[in-house]
Amino acid sequence: MRATVLAVCAALASPALSAAPAHPAASVQQQLEALAARVAALEANDQRLRKQADAANAAAKAAQDELAALKASAAAAPLAQESAPPVAASAPASGSGANAFNPAISVILNGSYSSHSRNPDDYVRAGFPVVDGGGPSPRGFSLGESEISLAANIDEKFYGQLTLTAENEHGEDHVGVEEAFVDTTALPEGFNLRLGRFFSNIGYLNSHHAHTDNFFDRPLPYQAFLGSQYGDDGAQLRWLAPTDLYLEVGGEIFRGENYPSGGAEHSGAGVKTVFAHAGGDVGTENSWLAGVSMLKSSARDAEDGFSGDSTLYIADATWKWAPQGNFKDGGVTVRGEYFSDHRDGVWNAPVDDDTPLAWRGARRGAYIEGVYRFNRTWDLGYRVDKLWADRHGPFASEFDPYRNTLELSWHNSEFSLLRLQFSRDEPNADTTDNALTLQYQVSLGAHGAHKF
Amino acid sequence: MNRLTSLCMLALCAVAFASPARANLKVFSCEPEWGALLAELGGDKLDVDVATSALQDVHVIEAKPSLIAKVRRADLVVCTGADLEVGWLPQLVRQSGNPKIASGDGSFMAADQISTLEKPSQLDRANGDVHPGGNPHFQMDPQRVLVIAKALSARLARLDAGNAATYQQRLADFTTRWSAAIPRWEAKAAPLKGRNVVVHHNSWIYLTTWLGMHEIGSLEPKPGVPPTSAHLATLVDTTKSQNTLAIIRAAYQDPKPADWLSERTGVPAVTLPFTVGGDAQSKDLFSFYDSTLDKLLGAIK
Repeated sequence: MRATVLAVCAALASPALSAAPAHPAASVQQQLEALAARVAALEANDQRLRKQADAANAAAKAAQDELAALKASAAAAPLAQESAPPVAASAPASGSGANAFNPAISVILNGSYSSHSRNPDDYVRAGFPVVDGGGPSPRGFSLGESEISLAANIDEKFYGQLTLTAENEHGEDHVGVEEAFVDTTALPEGFNLRLGRFFSNIGYLNSHHAHTDNFFDRPLPYQAFLGSQYGDDGAQLRWLAPTDLYLEVGGEIFRGENYPSGGAEHSGAGVKTVFAHAGGDVGTENSWLAGVSMLKSSARDAEDGFSGDSTLYIADATWKWAPQGNFKDGGVTVRGEYFSDHRDGVWNAPVDDDTPLAWRGARRGAYIEGVYRFNRTWDLGYRVDKLWADRHGPFASEFDPYRNTLELSWHNSEFSLLRLQFSRDEPNADTTDNALTLQYQVSLGAHGAHKF
Repeated sequence: MNRLTSLCMLALCAVAFASPARANLKVFSCEPEWGALLAELGGDKLDVDVATSALQDVHVIEAKPSLIAKVRRADLVVCTGADLEVGWLPQLVRQSGNPKIASGDGSFMAADQISTLEKPSQLDRANGDVHPGGNPHFQMDPQRVLVIAKALSARLARLDAGNAATYQQRLADFTTRWSAAIPRWEAKAAPLKGRNVVVHHNSWIYLTTWLGMHEIGSLEPKPGVPPTSAHLATLVDTTKSQNTLAIIRAAYQDPKPADWLSERTGVPAVTLPFTVGGDAQSKDLFSFYDSTLDKLLGAIK
């Protein structure tokens, strides 16, 4: 069969065959002989090619065996790379050129739809002037805070992080620098120094980004005393004790530009803080963290009209319980913080140019929240927060604002959640604001590692 | 400001009193399997803190204060790497402010010592919780464990030169026993060769590759995404028709999805220890392997 095919091929390929009508008998004989010779040659060629193919296959097989052997020996023998530092071994091999050292980039996208029974623009909180970021969310659709964060080791002694936020204020988009700081990574004996703009480490929630919160908005004491979160330009020194118990102490000096301070007093060092946090485990299923903090501020024309010295004390406590210590799969988190705010100064009314009123006195606030995690997908939380107004002074009030909040979150993965929240806020004696909020929040890019 | 200064002074005093000279190298191990390996390689020359238990999902541990305190005092951190601990270890290292273990010799990542399987060619979270560094669940491959043991022993000797001879001798001893155990396990596991299993999470690829078994389905629709009833329903036919040996899950995983599929297919759901401490028998690396094979063999009717 093959010979026939070859012959036909040869015949088709040979122009001599079709152009040879001249000497019938002899030429046919010659042609047949020539054809036979050709067929023989072709068959020989075919044989040679087959041998070559076999040899190539054998070589390939040998190479495969050798590779397998190499792999096995590599697996069985200690690796030569152990002599190199692990950093070199773990460095990504694929990153090429300038981009290889790009910082870890993570993006938080956040948005909400809120419905309020009272117009948030007319919101008045008895005893507590509403500062920027410290009031209720706007009605309707809102982007809230979406942020982009870049972080990387700078060299063997420093780590840097930059967080930019996109906010919409009265229809105008602003990109703000939320945090921009440098951390030391090589100080001995558990010391850490942070320089730049960052959120103060006072209390529990203050140093946490809002996207790690269990609720859509910050508790009332945070809104009233810190404008939801206090961050400023400054320096922080932290020390972690070499003990079984987690014990962290530290202090900060800030510029004092932002609420609750203002005016960057003391040549741009208007705020000083100290804080201490302790924590540990009780068995494998319970963990706790508690702390006390103090923020001292010298303010001139702060956002609430205050000029003078103020001191804010915070006590915070967090308890988490989870079966087997699997906190993402179920369990309970209970957290409470207590605020005590002391003022010694004057209040300048925003419109009047009358003589300033003396503002001396104390106000307090507290919240407690509990979140029950059913499983990796669902959690349900309840929060009670309350403020105690001053009975004297420029913001004297007999009424103490309070609020109750219920939230339900659905986590599709570690990276996305939808949250439904209902809150009933009593900001003054005559008002009740029922708010219903639907929020989405996602994170993309580098995998974040969150604090406890 | 005075208060701040005195606080710092207090802190310095505390340092002076709280850190007496201790001979033993302090090691922080992220997972029990490396804790067990350290016990083999270091014995009483090491103080080992193991961060997690076999009943915890190491993908999603919280950066608890107790763990920060442990990392703070460590001379060496021994973890899996390959981004398995990406959600918590970086936070522990940063918050502990311990420069010894932030990088260099004090940071030992097992994944850096070996080659991993299932390195994704495409990084897209739409494919679930993918690890760019490949599948990090390699504690069930005896060859890789041996490579890691050798690298870890060399690291211990470098950090604690005074006990180098002990580490070397213990490694030789471990290597002998482990190398002898491998053929024994392989002979024992011969009936498992070619058998099909359905897995909860893709944590068994090294075990199935080693024993010549086949993974024909996963209860999680995508790695790290909890099983859904719709996805489980699609597994019923596959599980029934392919002569499946078992539906396997780790000790820390929710038993319900595997039980659901087991009830509908008649294929047994088997809980494997997954790491040392995952069941009563798994007291060290050897008994952990023994128990895993016993449980798989127990599924053969």
